Amino acid sequence: MSKTVSFITENFGKYDPNSIDSYLSIGGFTAVKNALAMSSKEIIEIATKSAVKGRGGAAYDTGRKWSQAASVPGDNKVVICNADEGEPCTFKDRNIIEKDPFRLLEGMIIAGYTVGAQNGYIYLREEYRHLRSLLRNAIQQTMDKGYLGDNIMDSGFSFHIHLYSGAGAYVCGEGSTLIESIEGKSGRPRIKPPFIKEAGLFLLPTLVNNVETLAIAAAVLQNGVDDYIKYGTPDSPGTKIISLAGNVNKPGAYEIPFGLTLREIIYDIGGGIPDGHKLLLFQLGGASGKIGSANILDTPYTYQGLAKEGLVVGSGGVLVVDDRTRVIDFVKSIQDFFIHESCGKCTPCREGNRQIAKIIDRFVEGNQKPDDLHTAERFANIMQNCSFCGLGETAQSAFLTAIKHFPEEFGIQQEVAK
Amino acid sequence: MNSTETKGFGILTKDLATKIDTIINYYQSDSTKLVGILLDIQDVIPKQYIPREVASYVSERMNIPLSKIYDVISFYAALSDVPRADYVIQLCDSVVCKVTGNTDLRDAISSILGINEGEATADGKYWLEYTPCFGACDVSPAIRINGKVHGYLTSKDSVKAVLDQYQ
Ligand SMILES: Cc1cc2nc3c(=O)[nH]c(=O)nc-3n(C[C@H](O)[C@H](O)[C@H](O)COP(=O)(O)O)c2cc1C
Ligand code: SF4
Ligand code: FES
Repeated sequence: MSKTVSFITENFGKYDPNSIDSYLSIGGFTAVKNALAMSSKEIIEIATKSAVKGRGGAAYDTGRKWSQAASVPGDNKVVICNADEGEPCTFKDRNIIEKDPFRLLEGMIIAGYTVGAQNGYIYLREEYRHLRSLLRNAIQQTMDKGYLGDNIMDSGFSFHIHLYSGAGAYVCGEGSTLIESIEGKSGRPRIKPPFIKEAGLFLLPTLVNNVETLAIAAAVLQNGVDDYIKYGTPDSPGTKIISLAGNVNKPGAYEIPFGLTLREIIYDIGGGIPDGHKLLLFQLGGASGKIGSANILDTPYTYQGLAKEGLVVGSGGVLVVDDRTRVIDFVKSIQDFFIHESCGKCTPCREGNRQIAKIIDRFVEGNQKPDDLHTAERFANIMQNCSFCGLGETAQSAFLTAIKHFPEEFGIQQEVAK
Repeated sequence: MNSTETKGFGILTKDLATKIDTIINYYQSDSTKLVGILLDIQDVIPKQYIPREVASYVSERMNIPLSKIYDVISFYAALSDVPRADYVIQLCDSVVCKVTGNTDLRDAISSILGINEGEATADGKYWLEYTPCFGACDVSPAIRINGKVHGYLTSKDSVKAVLDQYQ
């Protein structure tokens, strides 16, 4: 029996993503029609009831975010769709854009209507350049049919969508950095305040949402919120698209109801570990996420269940690593990523990453010094607390949780009786 | 930096200038679109990079200080100020590809083409570079060649078959 569900992904494979007529034939733009018949307040109530937490990684409550964006004064606002998807082991947004671009546009139009924005921007990572023409085409066809542009379906609401390209920088996924990039600059985070919601892109009030968050909004407006929250658990209602990859037999993007256990995800959906190898560890939420080991596989994939084990949903990445990789080499790979991606603006992240990398390298080679681990942990804690943006704050998640789960790998003797 | 390649007058031909003008016009000379403009320009320049004289040309045409152009070029990994090759091979070096065997993949490419990371083949055809995750983890280990993803490259034969498509 299949454990995956299809609510957000219900349109995948059901129509030709190059053709709006094909989309309309399966009920496309019902969500926009439904939304335009409601007030902003009613839509915010639905978003709140859906209990969707932002799917870009920060898990901020979407209903709350929309309500704040709607109440910021201003008659010229902006909605940004964050399609930067830079987190390693995350490719679900790519799947949404490839297979259901029109639903994403619907989500943006609905968000724009709800918060009172006139313009929407899609920030698409350079690595997804092959999807640029698909999106450009979808935007044009939606304009031609009158679901986008001036006075959409005689509602008095006007909305335009613009497509921008990233150029290979993970940090540009951070909201204020993304805005700098759309303004044509190099990507370094902005100091806050002012907050994006008040003065973001071109200093206009700005709402930033992830691709999946927007796609869910459209699906909910089309099918009704009860159809969505019937999935999942009372604490974590609804569904989530996970990006399952690494040492599993069936990697892929899968929509699951919240509440499956990690074991079900890895073994039933992912088909288990290849060639009879043993699970070493898993990492949830991409490179900035935390790791777990085989003894917590029965943890339910819910916000609360994972939090109990010190884990996060984050971007929805589920990376599986088997016993062919050493824990320390895994940690080094994550560290290399953050060294490469740190923008260098603040000292804790720029220098912290560099110094910790040196220590990790010594562990890789087996010639660490006695106080190396202590020093690295100290630096990692400073980075978590003092970095300027989320990149530096989360860069050491894998390292710190690896020490917790695999102390012996770092030369820490386990206490026998605790 | 390869200064002999980036100076000289050979690169910014009339033909190339026209192509650049077309790109800038397509984006309505909008300075907020600088990142996208430079990416598109890089695509039409042989060896896929932004030579200095092209950067200067864009600076003049768009009325943007050269220092700002270089701030952008040097910040973004997808923009290069050194010549690469006809085919830019990007090998994912992030964690998913690492645990699914990108070291073997690297060795296969190196042995077939005789180049290491940051090098071009003598005929200027292939360039190899490491790159962070490009979101093809479901088909890892993976490479991109001129932006196109090729995945599941777990044997030397599969690598050879892909490289053979780029002659
Ligand atoms: C370094 C860094 C990179 C990020 N990358 C992304 C990304 O690629 N895509 C994304 O949607 N959010 C990313 N985020 C989270 C965004 O800042 C933001 O929280 C999100 O886009 C908001 O949308 P949501 O509420 O719908 O999740 C990143 C955050 C940080 C700190
Ligand atoms: S935490 Fe890192 S990425 Fe963020 S501003 Fe500081 S140096 Fe840049
Ligand atoms: S880790 Fe290699 S493509 Fe994502």
